[in-house]
Amino acid sequence: MSMQPRSKPGPEVAKLNFLAALRDAMAEEMRRDADVFVMGEDLRQNLYGSSAGLLDEFGPVRVRDVPLAEAGVIGTAIGAAMVGMRPVVDITISPFLYPACDQIISIAAKSRYIYGGQTSVPIVLRASLFYNAGSAAQHSDRPYQFFLGVPGLKIVVPSDAASAKGLLKTAIRDDDPVLFFEDFNLWSTSVRCDHDDEADRTVPLGRAAVKREGADVTVVAVAASVGLSMKAAEKLGQEGISVEVIDPQTIQPLDEETIFRSVRKTGRIVAVDPAHRTGSFAGEVLARVTETAFASLKAAPRRVCTPDTHIPFAPVMEKGLYPSVESIVDAIRETVA
Amino acid sequence: MKNSLHLEMYRRMVRIRRFEAAAVDLLAKGELAGGLHTTPGQEGAIVGACVALREDDYMVGTHRSHGHPIGKGASLRGLMAELMARSTGVNRGKGGSMHLADFSVGSLGETSIVGSGLPIATGAALGAQMKGTDRVSLCFFGDGASSEGTFHESLNIAAIWKLPVVYFCENNLYAISTPARETVSVEHIAARAAGYDMPGHVVDGQDVLEVYEVVKSAVDRARSGGGPSLVEAKTYRFEEHAIGLNHLSYREHAEVEQWRKRDPIALFRDRLLDEGVISRGDLDKAEEDVGAEIGDAIEFARSSPDPDPAEAFDHVYATTLETGA
Repeated sequence: MSMQPRSKPGPEVAKLNFLAALRDAMAEEMRRDADVFVMGEDLRQNLYGSSAGLLDEFGPVRVRDVPLAEAGVIGTAIGAAMVGMRPVVDITISPFLYPACDQIISIAAKSRYIYGGQTSVPIVLRASLFYNAGSAAQHSDRPYQFFLGVPGLKIVVPSDAASAKGLLKTAIRDDDPVLFFEDFNLWSTSVRCDHDDEADRTVPLGRAAVKREGADVTVVAVAASVGLSMKAAEKLGQEGISVEVIDPQTIQPLDEETIFRSVRKTGRIVAVDPAHRTGSFAGEVLARVTETAFASLKAAPRRVCTPDTHIPFAPVMEKGLYPSVESIVDAIRETVA
Repeated sequence: MKNSLHLEMYRRMVRIRRFEAAAVDLLAKGELAGGLHTTPGQEGAIVGACVALREDDYMVGTHRSHGHPIGKGASLRGLMAELMARSTGVNRGKGGSMHLADFSVGSLGETSIVGSGLPIATGAALGAQMKGTDRVSLCFFGDGASSEGTFHESLNIAAIWKLPVVYFCENNLYAISTPARETVSVEHIAARAAGYDMPGHVVDGQDVLEVYEVVKSAVDRARSGGGPSLVEAKTYRFEEHAIGLNHLSYREHAEVEQWRKRDPIALFRDRLLDEGVISRGDLDKAEEDVGAEIGDAIEFARSSPDPDPAEAFDHVYATTLETGA
């Protein structure tokens, strides 16, 4: 399995790469708080590109490579968190969460509740959304939707390097278990960012970001779909259709007020989500908008998701399954037709 | 022999037995909701292991959850109030019989998904090690859990990182109705320690002193940086898996009767008296005191309010997020 692209510290300090941003977030939090440590597969070799230099700076006690034992490793992180540590577990490819689902759902999410508030579980589970990568059905999942029905978890899905860094820092400081999903399609992307000013910037969990203001249609998008939606909005802007793009950033708990406020203004909603359509986060957004802002709607809500088939290996079959600028443009057009 | 320690061991064993007898009675009267998985027969294993720990050591348990926190020193009031679903319950009415936890005595929670506590105890040991404390973590689990992946993953992790943890198997020979002899590949679960390069010990779970001595040495070893151990106590559950499950035919009546003759409380009492360690009067007084404690716990629970139904929404998150810009 090839793990390109890698983050590499480049000469352009004004640009922040996605993977470097994640590394910086962890390093800064580890400097700030001695209880923060990282554990995961192949961290020390920086195989996935977001742990460069951590071993050298923090040593093997706080930068732990782990055996291939997802339930054991995540459960160990939970136990450590219960006694005062703040583990960040890089589970790498997100389907590797599945062997640990009992620990995530029955223990991490429920311990504070079932023990009546006696404990909390401040862990961050980092997992990449390794789709659109020619990796076939078992490696390509975008599984955040499975965890939406589990109260007690916080779920973050950043859409660019700058917000990813600020969100990861906040997630590490948060006292609850946070699932942090990183879109592979963003790994090689960078945003303009002044390192000096941004070094300690945090982005609050539970707050959506209005990425672009508009008057005619609200688009709520997650992960790399935010960038695609911005391109779609730009294109339609040239035709006189004004699109507002909202990045929820945290999908659980969801900042629904920001979405409702937008829909009350625009009267139209398109939800864009690279995950499978059935049971999707996009569907949840449309349900909440329909329940709460129905009277504001001027057109049927639309969603742009991946259809309910498995992800095939052949790129020619895979490519067209995910939301694209074109499919987002089409959906928006349908709402204003 | 250390008189006061032995009297305390005896008191805790009787406390577990009487607490559960009271709970069974309350269940029959309709004062308890839900299922009740009781421990009679296993008190020697539980108390022997718990007393080998310091109060600030960590402990993780199982769905058969009453004995472990009592063994670790939890107050009966909060435990009984929890069984009776009161707001003063140690879990504030959120956990019930299978999930008792009293973090004030290092009881990090009982879990009702078999095997799920093993990584938690492992992680508590990692936290203790990373924080530079000399705390030790002990995990109770059963013969059934020794077939779960989490058992094997946890022992491997504890071994490679030399974690201060003691894995303590209460082998009561049956996973509900399924015999360990048919489902566990080795005669002694302790033999599995060899696969993880750690010491494995088999102890007579009906002999609280033997359990104590062996667990104490494993705890001392863990505390001094020697790494994890696996201890298997051969024990027996006198009652069914849960109260109300009757007429099951998976075990012979004669077998149950044979084990009942090795009641860990009666054996310990006889031994203390035979050896003249503690007087009959002191043992009787301990039993009376426990009886009074149980009465007090029931009274406390009965006079405590129900939780407000709105509390169903509390404790979902430690940090509630302010949404909306």
